[in-house]
Amino acid sequence: MNIVVLVKQVPDTATERKLRAADNTLDREASDGVINELCEYAIEEALQLKEKHGGEVTVLTMGPDKATDSIRKALSMGADKAVHLNDDALHGSDALQTAYALAQALRTLEFDIVVMGSESTDARTGVVGAALAEYLGLPQLTLAGKVDVDGGAIKIQRQTDYGYDVVEAALPAVVSVVEKINEPRYPSFKLIMQAKKKPVTKLDLAGAGIDAAKVGLANATTTTVDFAAAPPRAAGVIVKDEGGGGAQIAEFLAEKKFV
Amino acid sequence: MAEVLVLVDHVDGDVKKVTAELLTAARRIGEPAAVWVGDGAAAGKERLAEYGAAKVYVAPAEFDDYVVAPKAELLASLAQEKGAAAILVSASTEGKEIAGRTAVKLGSGVLTDVVGIDGELVAEHSVFGGSTLTHAKVAAGVPVIAVRPNSVSAEPAEGAAAEEAVSVQISDDAKAAKVVERVAQAKGDRPELAEAAIVVSGGRGVGSEDFSVVEALADSLGAAVGASRAAVDSGWYPNQFQVGQTGKTVSPNLYIALGISGAIQHRAGMQTSKTIVAVNKDPEAPLLEISDFAVVGDLHKVAPQLTEEIAKRR
Ligand SMILES: Cc1cc2nc3c(=O)[nH]c(=O)nc-3n(C[C@H](O)[C@H](O)[C@H](O)COP(=O)(O)OP(=O)(O)OC[C@H]3O[C@@H](n4cnc5c(N)ncnc54)[C@H](O)[C@@H]3O)c2cc1C
Ligand SMILES: Nc1ncnc2c1ncn2[C@@H]1O[C@H](COP(=O)(O)O)[C@@H](O)[C@H]1O
Repeated sequence: MNIVVLVKQVPDTATERKLRAADNTLDREASDGVINELCEYAIEEALQLKEKHGGEVTVLTMGPDKATDSIRKALSMGADKAVHLNDDALHGSDALQTAYALAQALRTLEFDIVVMGSESTDARTGVVGAALAEYLGLPQLTLAGKVDVDGGAIKIQRQTDYGYDVVEAALPAVVSVVEKINEPRYPSFKLIMQAKKKPVTKLDLAGAGIDAAKVGLANATTTTVDFAAAPPRAAGVIVKDEGGGGAQIAEFLAEKKFV
Repeated sequence: MAEVLVLVDHVDGDVKKVTAELLTAARRIGEPAAVWVGDGAAAGKERLAEYGAAKVYVAPAEFDDYVVAPKAELLASLAQEKGAAAILVSASTEGKEIAGRTAVKLGSGVLTDVVGIDGELVAEHSVFGGSTLTHAKVAAGVPVIAVRPNSVSAEPAEGAAAEEAVSVQISDDAKAAKVVERVAQAKGDRPELAEAAIVVSGGRGVGSEDFSVVEALADSLGAAVGASRAAVDSGWYPNQFQVGQTGKTVSPNLYIALGISGAIQHRAGMQTSKTIVAVNKDPEAPLLEISDFAVVGDLHKVAPQLTEEIAKRR
């Protein structure tokens, strides 16, 4: 079974993140790049599927040169090879353009399952998985808390507000995972050494068959008009509990008409 | 006036508050037309009329039997047929997915997780853990916008809510991912987390899987219960109640945090709450910096007292 796992590099949430005043896009130089957390869960799930059903795990990343670090990290977790979609023309692509570009890149690969995170920590649009399924015309098995593959059939538990839906489809399919699905492994020293030798194929627009008129900031389907620091919250009241803390909150809530 | 399609969020005919909010926002843009999927429209229509829905398009329950794709087909074909000015959906996890697929079908742009929207379709986002506000517009096609619950205050206005059945058929492609079972995991009869006007969350400070101190306070306020990731990871509270960057984003009128330090990843999910109250032993906890009212003390003493005080005032 061939599995492609989509891995995105994002700015580390622990560092300060900024937008660039010049074009209102994310300033990727301003912060350290790390693998989007949910993508680590996607890699883990891909590795577990491989361990159960055999086959190969290919990492697919779209991003600038810097994203190579995240690709190596994914390979050191145990993925077999990687494809790096990297082209200046992709800069500033929005979520749907990203889904389109990833869909085109996927068409150049052989796969039974695409596994991805359900959301990234920077954009948080939560649409890439659904949009990708739409572009590829494949079953959308997103928000999976559990994945079972049996021959050509796949079944997931799709997380909902009330619990989960059991969803069935035939492979190939697009799967996105949520945090509860597994516990990502740490790369072992041996795997880290091996990862350095694993093949990373570069892909540009032409190689992926991406229409340049459909990607990049100039063709974005949404535009950020402006941005500003959020107004700071007015300093609140902090009291030490001297035995009446609960009553003091009740007083505050009553003032605010919550009770 | 062009129609603005609003996808109705309802549970068995019970219309959610976010739908009233979306109808209110839609009225500033054009003529609100509600899109109903499933049973219960006859009963739910009244609520839609109260918030100004001129029309209600009703699609059969079958549209709900498959993951997302049929609803996107429905919205895209209605938008084309009616020349809609915009499509608004709730920014629930599924709402965002519906928005994404609909936009792909229409060749439109999509904005999700919007915290404000005006009559010119300028949408506001709160990004980077609430530290930055951005404004964005859709630059291509019919704008598809997913709005976070509690972002717009719902204002009543009379609408005809004229019912119209839709003739859209679900394509075979859209039937590729079939829902074969729905499993409800116990959550009591508290309001839904993302929608709730008040949320009471517990963190590592709760100290054990006995979350009753949090639940009792929540129930005294008619609030939803949330949890930090530390509490969820410890197995004290189910996953779907996690608030934060990798959990739910909430924007209630009141957020009470019990024993939560306020890591940036937690704040990302609650920072747009209108009023924030915290109880924490540690006067240095970062959450206190964004709280409107905070008590430095033991939550196991402060919260029960608060619950009791509220009961007295009811
Ligand atoms: C990529 C990523 C994504 C993440 N996503 C999320 C997310 O979605 N949601 C989330 O919440 N976290 C998330 N986190 C984790 C986050 O960084 C914090 O670790 C987490 O929020 C801590 O939870 P906590 O505040 O409950 O625990 P702690 O940070 O341990 O804080 C516990 C607090 O309780 C106080 N306390 C202890 N006992 C008492 C008592 N008896 N009475 C009163 N106060 C008491 C302590 O003073 C302390 O401030 C994420 C982390 C990463 C790296
Ligand atoms: N540039 C990218 N390269 C590879 N995968 C991506 C990229 N952008 C998004 N994804 C995938 O889509 C998921 C959701 O991302 P997003 O919709 O941006 O929140 C991520 O967890 C990745 O698996």
